[in-house]
Amino acid sequence: MFEQVSANNNGELVINVGPQHPATHGVLHLLITLHGETVTKLEPNLGYIHRSIEKMCESLSYRQFIYTTSRMDYLSSHINNHACALGVEKAMQIEIPERAEYIRVLMSELTRLASHQLWWGAMAMDLGALSPFFYAFREREVINDIMEETCGARLTMNYFVPGGVMYDIHPNFVKRVKDFIVLFKSKIAEYDELVTGNVIFQNRMKNIGIISKEDAISYGCTGPTARGSGVSCDVRKNYPYSIYKNVQFDEVLEYGCDAFSRYQVRIKEMYQSVRIIEQLIDQIPEGEFQAKTKAVIKLPKGEFYTRVETARGELGVYIVSEGGTTPYRIKFRSPGFSNLSALEHMVKGHKIGDLVAIMGVLDLVIPDIDR
Amino acid sequence: MENEELIAQVQTRFPEASIVLGNDFPEVSIDSKQLLPVLQTLKTEPSLAFNFLFCETCVDWKTHFTMVYHLESTTHRHNLVIKANLDRVQPEIETACHLYRAAELHEREIFDLFGIIFTNHPHLRRILLTDDWVGYPLRKDYDDPINMIKL
Amino acid sequence: MISLENISASIHQLLSANLSQTAVILIEMSIIALLAITLFALLGLILVFMERKVSAWIQIRLGPNRVGPKGIFQTTADTIKLALKEGFVPDGADKFLYKLAPFVVMIIAMMLLAPIAFAKNFAMWDLNIGVFFITAISSVSVIGILMAGWASNNQYSLLGAMRSGAQIISYEISAGMAILTIIVLTGSLQISEIVNSQSNGWWLFKGHIPAVIAFVIYIIAVTAETNRAPFDMAEAESELTGGFHTEYSGMRFALFFLAEYINIFIVCAVGATLFLGGWMPFHIGAWEGFNHIMDFIPSSVWFLGKTFFLIFVIMWFRWTFPRLRIDQLLNLEWKYLLPISLFNLLFMTLIAIKGWHF
Repeated sequence: MFEQVSANNNGELVINVGPQHPATHGVLHLLITLHGETVTKLEPNLGYIHRSIEKMCESLSYRQFIYTTSRMDYLSSHINNHACALGVEKAMQIEIPERAEYIRVLMSELTRLASHQLWWGAMAMDLGALSPFFYAFREREVINDIMEETCGARLTMNYFVPGGVMYDIHPNFVKRVKDFIVLFKSKIAEYDELVTGNVIFQNRMKNIGIISKEDAISYGCTGPTARGSGVSCDVRKNYPYSIYKNVQFDEVLEYGCDAFSRYQVRIKEMYQSVRIIEQLIDQIPEGEFQAKTKAVIKLPKGEFYTRVETARGELGVYIVSEGGTTPYRIKFRSPGFSNLSALEHMVKGHKIGDLVAIMGVLDLVIPDIDR
Repeated sequence: MENEELIAQVQTRFPEASIVLGNDFPEVSIDSKQLLPVLQTLKTEPSLAFNFLFCETCVDWKTHFTMVYHLESTTHRHNLVIKANLDRVQPEIETACHLYRAAELHEREIFDLFGIIFTNHPHLRRILLTDDWVGYPLRKDYDDPINMIKL
Repeated sequence: MISLENISASIHQLLSANLSQTAVILIEMSIIALLAITLFALLGLILVFMERKVSAWIQIRLGPNRVGPKGIFQTTADTIKLALKEGFVPDGADKFLYKLAPFVVMIIAMMLLAPIAFAKNFAMWDLNIGVFFITAISSVSVIGILMAGWASNNQYSLLGAMRSGAQIISYEISAGMAILTIIVLTGSLQISEIVNSQSNGWWLFKGHIPAVIAFVIYIIAVTAETNRAPFDMAEAESELTGGFHTEYSGMRFALFFLAEYINIFIVCAVGATLFLGGWMPFHIGAWEGFNHIMDFIPSSVWFLGKTFFLIFVIMWFRWTFPRLRIDQLLNLEWKYLLPISLFNLLFMTLIAIKGWHF
């Protein structure tokens, strides 16, 4: 009966990690081959939450298809919506009001903060420290409350529409964001103290999941994953959209190429997001929050590619229009999908514990990968 | 490099390709058999250095398929779109995954949803759908009376 | 003054006045067995509740607060739930070993309760090799874990069990060395004598730096030995989903769970006995008045207070530190803790021979 504990001829053990596994944060299925504790082969098996969003979009109007994207990378739903709204606006050549631009960037950066906080907590949990999760959620809750007040939702926002935002910000918004920034600046130092400086944590994170700059580019990594290897790929800097060209912030680059560098990129990005919010929060101009658009949006014939920087990397929206009210073809280039392809390269030769740490730092959101 | 300059340079290198300036990026249409040499040149030529394949996808035009490759150079910060038309009955194209590792998963996805055969791909299998799925959902003639809701 | 010592003595007198010696022994043994099982269950409930409250406190939440006042009956409710659950045996498991494993782990944990002195002159079995008994028996628990991991017919369980085997065997050495350091000072393996030798001060304070080093090593080693975070490689829920008890459910799982907490209690009790004077009150040299006041606190309170303090420290570890990787875990033991404790033992022997300790 013990033959069923399967071992193949080389003394290797094949293990299914997922689709129900605490470290995959969703329905990701990895088929790993182990030699002792060392991972020799890893193969992702996707599609457990594939909803064929691209096919669905082909029968949805340009106002409707934005809402499906909130369900992709649900942790950066504002930013996903932003990409779609930008794409439609670019194709229709609508100028959107200044006020809407400010609100959009503020919301995007708040979303980035919330997403990084969730990542930070979940990653620490993967490494076996459960408490940081609760500390991260304490502040994330404040962001969610701010979002709820204005957008009426806490996760799938659906707040950005072609032409601006759906409704004006709540009167409390500015004050609450300011209060939050004051609070958060002290807490972020606490995060560093609690986890970053920990010897066990550093030993776990350093020199694992190494991916060189060339490999990171070749695998199509974007976002903090690539920036941890020194690849400059921040869309906000390289191809500024919205009002990002008017705000002061640094693109965070680390050159360690390992999991710890990626960790540091994300932590430092939180500081940069705070910086952006601080610059904009007092300057929100008065005026309209939405440009006048026709009730039925028709895009001119052609192909439009928009890229934005989500919390995980570059999201591309490729719209092929035939001139109708619905897109002919839509392709979402999701950051998680490409980052996942580098996972095997990073994990090979490391232990199972490292697999979990590397996956934690990649910050995979499975609906974003499967779409 | 500015788009006009880029177009000129690419045109001199590939005289048979037709290049237009699209809405966002210059678009180069090539013959599908020429894909690998073109990508090879674009990647290795120092003045072009397109080392980052950030998007790869396919469009079903009912009469033919079009493979779309979005390339970027992380050194020069310029972008280029490569397009190759494929026959609808026998859609086949050389894989790009030996030049760009990112293509591996993208091509598996395109195979899964469009049914395009990538020759020399290391393991071309369905990735998002189950192995026993019939048909290729993103093709325009695909119909699933149970799962598809028509508005 | 009512103390556990007087109660046990009066029961003994009452029984021997009325019954023959054999009957007295039989009755006393059954009382002790009953008490041991009750203690086992009670400790489990209390420690699980304590862990929940401590973790809640560290993690800025409330913890259980619905069942009973402040949620004190939450663990009882959970136990009832576990008892009512189906005891599931996976297909392809070695049914005999699978069912046996939790009992092995539990029986070993119960046996370890025997030599522990809960109060002055109050131990089940004050045998002359008490400390040795504990170190010997506690190593057997790895067999139960290996058995569970192997019999489950699950790769995760197997990996967890193998990790656990490597880990417990390694850290046993350091724990043993740390215990030996104190034994060198006391010159006896009997728990009552070890406690008595600390009547003028605890070994942690009397034994200079080597005692402090031994104490730290002991705490680290026993945290690893009881499979607690940051050394919970055997369970490592984010890596191995549940380690050796992945497949266990219902009461069988509860037994593993209980045994883990009992083991924590025992190692902390041993730690308190060796380093913190067991039930011995806190005395400072010649301060008669102060020492007298300290004596008023019952010895059982002293013992439990110290033990629960150490348990709290171990819980504090768990909710603060990330987990080590398996190779780092073994490196820590074989490259750092073991050499340090060997030299520490040598140093302590020198101190004991020269009589430098207080």
